[in-house]
Amino acid sequence: MTHLSFPASSPGPAADMPADRPVIRLAGIAKTFPGVRALGGVELSLHAGSVTALIGENGAGKSTLVKILTGIYQPDEGHIEMDGAPVRFPTTMDAARAGVTAIHQETVLFDELSVAENIFLGHQPRNRFGLIDWARMNADARALLDRIGARMDPAMRLRDLGIANRHLVAIARALSIDARVVIMDEPTAALSHKEIGELYDLVERLKAEGKAILFISHKFDEIFRIADRYTVFRDGEMVGAGLLAETSQNDLVRLMVGRDVGQVFPKVAADIGEPVLTVAGYCHPTEFEDIGFELRRGEILGFYGLIGAGRSEVMQALFGVTRPSKGAVRIDGEVAVIRTPAEAVARGIVYVPEDRGRQGAITAMPIVSNVTLPSLSRTSRRGFIRMAEEFALARDYTARLDLRAAALDQPVGTLSGGNQQKVVIAKWLATRPKVIILDEPTKGIDIGSKAAVHAFMSELAGQGLSVIMVSSEIPEIMGMSDRVIVMREGRIAGRFDREGLTPEMLVRAAAGIGEAA
Amino acid sequence: MSAPSTRGETRLVPDRLQGRAERLLKSWEALLLAVAIAIFALNVWSSPYFLDPWNLSDATFNFTEKGLIAFALALVIVSGEIDLSVAAILALSSTLMGLAMSHGAGTPEIVAIGLLTGLACGAINGMLVSGLGLPSIVVTIGTMSLFRGIAFIILGDKAFTGYPVDFAWFGQGYVWWVFSFELLLFVVAAILFAVLLHATSFGRMVYAIGNNAVAAQFSGIRVERVKFLLFLLSGLMSGLAAVCLTSRLGSTRPSIATGWELEAVTMAVLGGINILGGSGRIGGVVLAALIMGMVTFGFGLLNVPGIVMSIFVGLLLILVIALPKLIGRLGRAKRKA
Repeated sequence: MTHLSFPASSPGPAADMPADRPVIRLAGIAKTFPGVRALGGVELSLHAGSVTALIGENGAGKSTLVKILTGIYQPDEGHIEMDGAPVRFPTTMDAARAGVTAIHQETVLFDELSVAENIFLGHQPRNRFGLIDWARMNADARALLDRIGARMDPAMRLRDLGIANRHLVAIARALSIDARVVIMDEPTAALSHKEIGELYDLVERLKAEGKAILFISHKFDEIFRIADRYTVFRDGEMVGAGLLAETSQNDLVRLMVGRDVGQVFPKVAADIGEPVLTVAGYCHPTEFEDIGFELRRGEILGFYGLIGAGRSEVMQALFGVTRPSKGAVRIDGEVAVIRTPAEAVARGIVYVPEDRGRQGAITAMPIVSNVTLPSLSRTSRRGFIRMAEEFALARDYTARLDLRAAALDQPVGTLSGGNQQKVVIAKWLATRPKVIILDEPTKGIDIGSKAAVHAFMSELAGQGLSVIMVSSEIPEIMGMSDRVIVMREGRIAGRFDREGLTPEMLVRAAAGIGEAA
Repeated sequence: MSAPSTRGETRLVPDRLQGRAERLLKSWEALLLAVAIAIFALNVWSSPYFLDPWNLSDATFNFTEKGLIAFALALVIVSGEIDLSVAAILALSSTLMGLAMSHGAGTPEIVAIGLLTGLACGAINGMLVSGLGLPSIVVTIGTMSLFRGIAFIILGDKAFTGYPVDFAWFGQGYVWWVFSFELLLFVVAAILFAVLLHATSFGRMVYAIGNNAVAAQFSGIRVERVKFLLFLLSGLMSGLAAVCLTSRLGSTRPSIATGWELEAVTMAVLGGINILGGSGRIGGVVLAALIMGMVTFGFGLLNVPGIVMSIFVGLLLILVIALPKLIGRLGRAKRKA
């Protein structure tokens, strides 16, 4: 491993590198999934010793691009060049061999293995008998860790490490394959302030070593602090690129959201009535603090924020999944203590979770059983299930949501994502709730189902149901919500009315950019 | 409410794709029934004594008590948990029944103590699993040693004998002609458990928990309470099996019903209960109980040693579980060719 001898503090070669010769270049990349065009005509160049920030809303196609760069997805169109020569990454191993590596938020690491084993998994140094050379592996691991300024014992079990140190292990692993292109996907999302500072130092060091870095982030302050170039994605297309020194936060925000959002989502004007749900001084030891809001009859209240801002955590506490430490919840003016989801459902609060496959639907069970699961007391007499009533209930609510399925006894897992979501929503509507909380209701579902879900949400609000919609998609938030609450780092960072709301206002509040910026 | 007007037409999704007959034919139970008939025929062919009504009646004792345990265990397994302490609960129940008898308790008290001991043991398992959230396989391996250990402490190498005469009826009595009380109990329990699992909302919750406990909780199901009740039920059925077995043997030794937990698990899995939870039907467990009972009895008539018998049951289990996979693989290979 020759690169181990590279002095960590050498002056950056970035200045000497010819700026017009990228290490890796993507040209005309397109990728389509059933029903969704994830990427189209994408151009991206990464240069040695330079940090390129990739900016875009959730769903803009950033993760798809990362997966194409690392060999997880194959592009439908376009090609990748390294040093001017076309390359293909049919597998993740091919990408790694070419020197492209990614550090995700959830990089796959192994809890029960040691730090050194995690770093060298798949390419462990061998001795002459073909067995793992532990001494060399530990020594190499220590050298790598020293290089990135991580002070830990390579023999430690990974599960004894905190999240920040795990991150460093992931980075050391990336370096162990002698990467030339390092992709960092929201690397600071889970880190503390001090750890973030250390990560910035590390990025500087990687830059000095001449790596080409793609840095994905939602945080504008950090982008301006460490990146040299930027590329902005919107709806799977590149809408702008250049040098950060020649742009401003305002320009980037405009590029990110620039779209007329008023017409896409059909929010029907509804009569907004008396308060149904009132939350005050709501706190959680680690996830959120001092959350207070009011939800009225017939209202759609949008919750916007970056991933990790604590929106889902607030909703799960309201639904009784986690316990808040402080705060009062009132339903129809009465104090409500909700300790379990069962109590929430009994009080008329239901929750459509973001993680459909794990928390929302029981995918191995038929559509009909999924729909009736929280309503079993209604479809049964003295505890005995009435099949005819079950099917009647399921038929009724799935038809309202325009569910596309072969039969109601079909397992939910065989449906498309959009139709699975319709089953989960139908399940909750069948309980005739007062408040329905939808957590990223249209994430990962096709456009047709999206329209059906939106139309239905709007219709429900018109009939007097109160809706909380957690969404990271600005057009959805702007199109559907009567009012919007923006959360940042566990607190409410802004409250907005539908009238006069602009995407820029949301992005600023979520990212913590002051008006003067 | 009216249907949303995003599309002009509203299509109704049909209730079912497959007909009832087709589903039955393709079921695990159909396969088990075929196996049961084959073994029955084999037994008739190999031993002239097999078809005698009283012999057949005797044969039922090979599975009635184990079956009672397997029904409740099946529900526990469907919920994604396991109870390996069932045989130890039986032993402890039997021991405490003997202890009560030796202090002069009459038949009603003895039976009550047997059932209550089962319930109490089940409650301990249930509290450890659903109250503390411990993995049931570890908890019940622990209580398996604990419960049987207590039985050994109480009894040492001695045995309780001399149960009241009328107590013998539970294990040795006949309701009508060759039909024993135990067989009646087995049939009634089979019907009750089938109804509980397949026709009640409780049963539906058990399936939901076994398939995805998180989503079940997110659907407002009190997951921990359901699991507690299942362990309670499992303990109660072990207590009931203790009453029957103790009555039939007329004595209690601490080694009573050794190894029954594995036979009960085998019965449930052979019956099509998914060991990972979430699927399986009581009808299959009934057929599996019949199959295992007939195999034991048939081999007994042929003077086959017990060890061969357990080899056979082991092979049968692996074969029956591997069969659908092998058939599926053959089918795919044919389609490719």
